[in-house]
Amino acid sequence: MTTTTLAVLVPLLPFLGAVAGLLLGRTAPGFVRPLAVLPTLTSLVLATLVAVRQGGDAAVNAATELTPTGSVPIELALHIDGFAALVAVLVGLVASCVQIYSTGYLRDDPRYPSYAALVSLFTSAMLLVVYSGDLIVLLVGWEVMGICSYFLVGHYWETPEARAASLKAFLVTKLGDVPFLIGLFALATDAGSFRITRVLGAVASGSLDHPTLIALLLLAGVAGKSAQFPLHTWLPDAMAGPTPVSALIHAATMVAAGVYFIARLLPLFEASQAAMVVLAVMAAVTMACSALAALAQDDIKRVLAYSTIGQLGYMSGALAVGDRGAAVFHLLSHGAFKALLFLAAGVIIHAAGTNSLAAMSRMRNLRDRVPDAYWTMTVALLALAAIPPFSGFFSKEAVLGVAEHVVTGHTDRAPAAAGWIVLVAGLLTAVLTAAYAMRLWLLAFRGRGTEAPDHGRQPLTMTVVLWVLAAPSLALGGFAFRLLPDWFDGRDLSPTLTTSVLGTGVALVGGIVTYGAWRHTTALTARVPLGAVAAHPEGDAAQVEAEAIATHKPAYGDIAYAPDPADPGRLLLSPLHRHAAAGFHMDAVYRALFVRPVQAGASLVRFLDREVVETYVRGAGALPRWLGAAVRRAQTGNVQTYVSALLAGTVVLAVAVVLVATGA
Amino acid sequence: MHLAYPAVLSALLFCTGLYGVLARRNAILVLMSVELMLNAVNLNLVAFDVWLSKTAEETLHSGQALTLFTIAIAAAEIGIGLAIVLAVHRNRGTADIDKLRDTAERHDPDGTDHDALTAEQSGEAQKAEATA
Repeated sequence: MTTTTLAVLVPLLPFLGAVAGLLLGRTAPGFVRPLAVLPTLTSLVLATLVAVRQGGDAAVNAATELTPTGSVPIELALHIDGFAALVAVLVGLVASCVQIYSTGYLRDDPRYPSYAALVSLFTSAMLLVVYSGDLIVLLVGWEVMGICSYFLVGHYWETPEARAASLKAFLVTKLGDVPFLIGLFALATDAGSFRITRVLGAVASGSLDHPTLIALLLLAGVAGKSAQFPLHTWLPDAMAGPTPVSALIHAATMVAAGVYFIARLLPLFEASQAAMVVLAVMAAVTMACSALAALAQDDIKRVLAYSTIGQLGYMSGALAVGDRGAAVFHLLSHGAFKALLFLAAGVIIHAAGTNSLAAMSRMRNLRDRVPDAYWTMTVALLALAAIPPFSGFFSKEAVLGVAEHVVTGHTDRAPAAAGWIVLVAGLLTAVLTAAYAMRLWLLAFRGRGTEAPDHGRQPLTMTVVLWVLAAPSLALGGFAFRLLPDWFDGRDLSPTLTTSVLGTGVALVGGIVTYGAWRHTTALTARVPLGAVAAHPEGDAAQVEAEAIATHKPAYGDIAYAPDPADPGRLLLSPLHRHAAAGFHMDAVYRALFVRPVQAGASLVRFLDREVVETYVRGAGALPRWLGAAVRRAQTGNVQTYVSALLAGTVVLAVAVVLVATGA
Repeated sequence: MHLAYPAVLSALLFCTGLYGVLARRNAILVLMSVELMLNAVNLNLVAFDVWLSKTAEETLHSGQALTLFTIAIAAAEIGIGLAIVLAVHRNRGTADIDKLRDTAERHDPDGTDHDALTAEQSGEAQKAEATA
């Protein structure tokens, strides 16, 4: 088979799997699991084949136009360069791991068939986005991912948190997608094509009329999808979905789609200095604030969600200083270790029966209950904190190294201001990242208090994938930083001495300070008992998690916060803690800016409809109603009355005819 | 015989029938009155056919043919009519037209519900009858 055929099959197989899963889910439950896992695994194999064949050489381009669509043609196009090939392998790997993990995680879930089909559909859409060479086809995948995310976040729709979160995720990303769509149209109008290659050609020849406007409109969509400030608020709430979904969609792939999109069209963004500075500021604010917020969260998955936002900020930062190689490198290594973190968190939530770190810190020996999750999560957290030689170190140093290059004037691809912003924010975030990674590890695994509950071993499907993902988290960076430049733009990704020392140094400082704070506060855990544990610990992991999410608010008063004086984050952030736990009140801002006006408008419309329009309608109906009431009187139900009326009418008519005929 | 005799007789018959239809209470008597009216028409048809065929050179006696049709149809009509009356009488215990007022509007606010209820009740009654 040619590379093109293979590449077409990669997104097509999960799509067919999803359709078959939806159709057969009820009638043939035995086929659901193979239909979920096998197409995704096959896709992974095919994506790897495509990557091997492409090999970082010239991009594979193929296009076919189904039908002429008027002004600017829309083509089914593939554009597979090194970036696309490798990102597709990552998507395939994470999706396969998640599908296998889900068979254990949602073992007894009655809605597993539709869940698995939606995950397959999502995988197919993401692969379409990755391989697509046409912006409209890319947009189709982009929106399908959005709707899959909506359905999957709302998987536990019995809980009000999940319902609210799925709506929020959908609406907030749409807030970005509308400008994104307009941006795409503006871009196509200027460039005369939706094909990525032609658009980049138009950018190179300088024939774009409004590069800044287009870049800023597209940035809005990217901010929504990739959860960048100020459209990041949906991602922490999206943790109300099942953990495998968080791992696949809200950590490794969909949120990376925005970053990947900019990486594809980076020359377009580079054409506008303003857009690059905006991107840099956005990345810096996102990184720093999300890291602070992560330090204050109580829900283990929300910590990881804010961490995802921060790491996506690193990727945007790398793009803002004009190096997509570093950005996609971080995307790949982050995809692996963050998926691992989430999947391990799912195992921990199942074992502990709670998603609250405060409750976990009061459990002894939780790490002995879940040894696989303990070891793999340690690896992933070290990768997240960018400690050498884990993969996160190399990718993060690549980002910081590029920023340093820009600052010192080695390259003129980006304004120096952007370089400074990214570098300073990146180093600050490195401290905080190490701090919250340390806090998460200490609270989850070094708890003291009552013995952790024992529910037996976790299903094999859930622990094996952890080790599968641990391998790239451990070693991807070290092996890849020399090879990846061949696949990407050819620029060096090896860590530079200055940023390596600085980055590792601040990470160690962050970790050690947190450890000190924890030693200081941990004595308080015994004095303040806390804890809410799921009501059905013997159920499957999905049920435990749904109950944990539903009970967090009644138990602690807030979905993100627990009144725990033994939390080292509280000591470290002391005055900021309250604001950081609430995500710096972005939700309140949105509430004031969007939700309240919309609600006020809705109540006005309701008043107009109920009181004004309704009155006219009632008035118009009154006369016919009266007439009807009068006519109804004649209907007595007695047949003889009717016949008498008939006779009377006939007599009158006959007399009238006689009178007319005689001319009287 | 002069045409006036049968014409007057049929007019009298018709008026008797009309009176019966309008005034009688029993459904069977109403049906009998309808028969009277039909026979008045038949008489008219035959009489005028004879009167007209006196002057005509050639005639098909279409009036008399039509009378035969009317008699046949009247037989069928009275069969069906009596069957309905019998069924109504079995079901309701009466064949009094004044009491069969189901088509009239009821004076409670939710008339449709009431109708559905009575239909249900009658359905139940029929079922009980079938089992009995």
